[in-house]
Amino acid sequence: MYGLGLIKGLGVTLKHFIESYLDDIRWLGRRYYREGALAERQGPNARGVFTIQYPEEKLPIPEEFRYIPFLVYEEGEDGDRELRCTSCGICPKVCPPQCIWITRSNDPKTGRPIPTPTNFFIDIDVCMNCGLCAEFCPFDAIKMDHDYELASYDRFTDHIFNKERLSKPLSYYQAIRPTNFAFEEAERAEKEAAKEAKRKAR
Amino acid sequence: MSGDNRQKTLNALVDRYPGMLELDAREGYEGYIISRERLIEFAQAIKDELGYDYLSSVTGVDYLPDEKIEVVYHAFRSDGGPALVFKVQTPRADASVPSLVSVFPGADFQEREAWDLLGIRFEGHPNLKRILMWEGFHGHPLRKDWEEPYFMESGKPFKNRWPEGDAVRSEEINPFKKNVQYPPEFSPDGWIPEADEALYSGMVQLGAKDSGNGRTLETDQILVNLGPQHPSTHGVFRMIVSLDGEEIADLQPVLGYLHRNHEKIGERNTYIMNMPFTDRLDYLASMGNNFGYALAVEKLMGIQPPERAEYIRVMMAELTRIVSHLFSIGTLLNDLGAFFTPMLYALTERELILDIFEAVTGSRMMCNYFRFGGVARDLPEGILGKVSELVTERLPRKIDELDTYLTDNEIVRSRCIGIGVLPREQALAYSAAGPVLRASGVDYDVRRAEPYSIYDRFDFDVIVRHNGDIYDRYLVRLEEMRQSLRILQQVVRDIPEGEIQTGKSQYQVRVPPGESYGRVENPKGELGFYLVSDGKPNPWRYHIRSPSFINLTSFGEICKGHKIADVVGILGSIDIVLGEVDR
Repeated sequence: MYGLGLIKGLGVTLKHFIESYLDDIRWLGRRYYREGALAERQGPNARGVFTIQYPEEKLPIPEEFRYIPFLVYEEGEDGDRELRCTSCGICPKVCPPQCIWITRSNDPKTGRPIPTPTNFFIDIDVCMNCGLCAEFCPFDAIKMDHDYELASYDRFTDHIFNKERLSKPLSYYQAIRPTNFAFEEAERAEKEAAKEAKRKAR
Repeated sequence: MSGDNRQKTLNALVDRYPGMLELDAREGYEGYIISRERLIEFAQAIKDELGYDYLSSVTGVDYLPDEKIEVVYHAFRSDGGPALVFKVQTPRADASVPSLVSVFPGADFQEREAWDLLGIRFEGHPNLKRILMWEGFHGHPLRKDWEEPYFMESGKPFKNRWPEGDAVRSEEINPFKKNVQYPPEFSPDGWIPEADEALYSGMVQLGAKDSGNGRTLETDQILVNLGPQHPSTHGVFRMIVSLDGEEIADLQPVLGYLHRNHEKIGERNTYIMNMPFTDRLDYLASMGNNFGYALAVEKLMGIQPPERAEYIRVMMAELTRIVSHLFSIGTLLNDLGAFFTPMLYALTERELILDIFEAVTGSRMMCNYFRFGGVARDLPEGILGKVSELVTERLPRKIDELDTYLTDNEIVRSRCIGIGVLPREQALAYSAAGPVLRASGVDYDVRRAEPYSIYDRFDFDVIVRHNGDIYDRYLVRLEEMRQSLRILQQVVRDIPEGEIQTGKSQYQVRVPPGESYGRVENPKGELGFYLVSDGKPNPWRYHIRSPSFINLTSFGEICKGHKIADVVGILGSIDIVLGEVDR
């Protein structure tokens, strides 16, 4: 019969339409703004309306999510910030759009380079969030952030991040990437132990 | 013809042209070098006598130190097997090569691109105009001595980034309204743009009196510009349509609005830097692009990824295929006028797959996940369970629902059946690829024809349909998603534990000199990466055989005679992504 295919198709739309109401009734006002609601609404068995209410609700961020790098610092005993960065220059060398600038300065007495960078810039307008800098950093000093709400009113001064703006504590890194952090810390401890053993042997 | 016989015939061919055809003996190179005079004859011979009926890729390489330009052709047989590579060399100062359009019409756009970007004149080409740059552009940007405005260095990394890096906003060296540079003899004030007139003049002209359709009501020819900004063109794509009443008399695509010279950028980049750039070609199938590029570089380096990495790669590539096909079907229906409901039903499922991409790779679309000899990181815990749940339960159900929803719909059928027909012979001749080729009855899928990675282990069917119209392309995509699910179910079942990277992932890889062509079956068709390495950290040549771009070659031809409203549907069924068309 001509038109049967149309009716079949419209049946699918009708099913979706009814399901969205059934789903509302099933949840009775608790469909939004509730812990765990998103996982069910967007899970593999979800029916009904799929959207989320941004910015009141936000998608959970998986650990591997990457957005704009930041520099990790460790807090020293008297509260000063010790950047892990040694300004070795691997990240500006691997950066595909070349958005990283590092200023390294020399010690006036010895004439040798100071490991901590004098300044560190990332142009976040240019950064393509590829994560290569974090991937190839041998000191776990530069990591990809989770903070994606970076809109600002002034594109002329706010979009080149300097050392201060980029620095974030190790505890922050631990909070956003617990598995990676644990893995890397174990690796570092192992390396330290090996070094120590070597020193003792000598 | 068996492989041995073919080799014999090939040897006979070499003997037929003494001194004109020789093996490419350079280290790391393959194929034959043929003299300019014998090129067309040779191409005809391999097509007729050896069955190499599918000319996949045409491109050029500028060998600046040798003062030579080389045109490289990759031909394949439609029943599968490796490439026959042949090359023609021409002096750099006066680069000209006979055009192969008369033998392989699919060379049309690719030769225009090589003329545009490399300045190789193809003698006998019917319409040798610029295709990606605008008429009046100065120079040929892929030549090695061509430098872009505000040129910094010929290769990354730039020296001013470290150790004396001091950030400068690019807008400061390049302020608005002054951010254009002209060639020395060019004055923008005295220049009258001729590009549009030149484009229009090539169109079919219809006389008001002689429309030739035997109707009493005579109609004038009307030229209509569809695009570049038009919701149905999937991006900034323009078509000039010459109309006879409502019927298409002629159609010319105008490309290049999104052109950023990806290949030049690729030659400035180091090898690893290109990986995130490939994401931005066909941005709906980013990991398919990663796959092709990784294969090409791995061929040059002579390394193989470990078992687990191969499985992860196939898993990601097949999920990507589902994502891309869902998007394609959704937008096709949009183009046909079913505004957004089917699109959103398709996008819902896409979201669930993107969630997996985000958890595994860190990004929903610009995944940047493949590395040379492996993948960037292992799968996080619990993700395999999610994929398994998705590919065994939810997606099959939802694809069936999409099937019920659309396939029998009388409006869809009447808008799609018999529209935009691309016959089998034409599809091959025009080097169409992917679902477009298979909907025209050619049983050709790179995963089967020349299996790469571990595709030879999986049980799946190559979907072929024979009418070559919009409806068949739609059905091929729908069925291919089901086949992808089949592969995915096998991947999830069989994936082993183990390493994900051969050796250590390096930021500066050593690539020995030579050339390689890595190709994969991307959702849009055969995606090929042609690389030439000279042993330095940056590739000497980085070319992309982009399926969306080459599928457009036959677009004007298959639109002829249809109504203007159908053009939109036909374009939707070819399924282009402008990031890849314009590069």
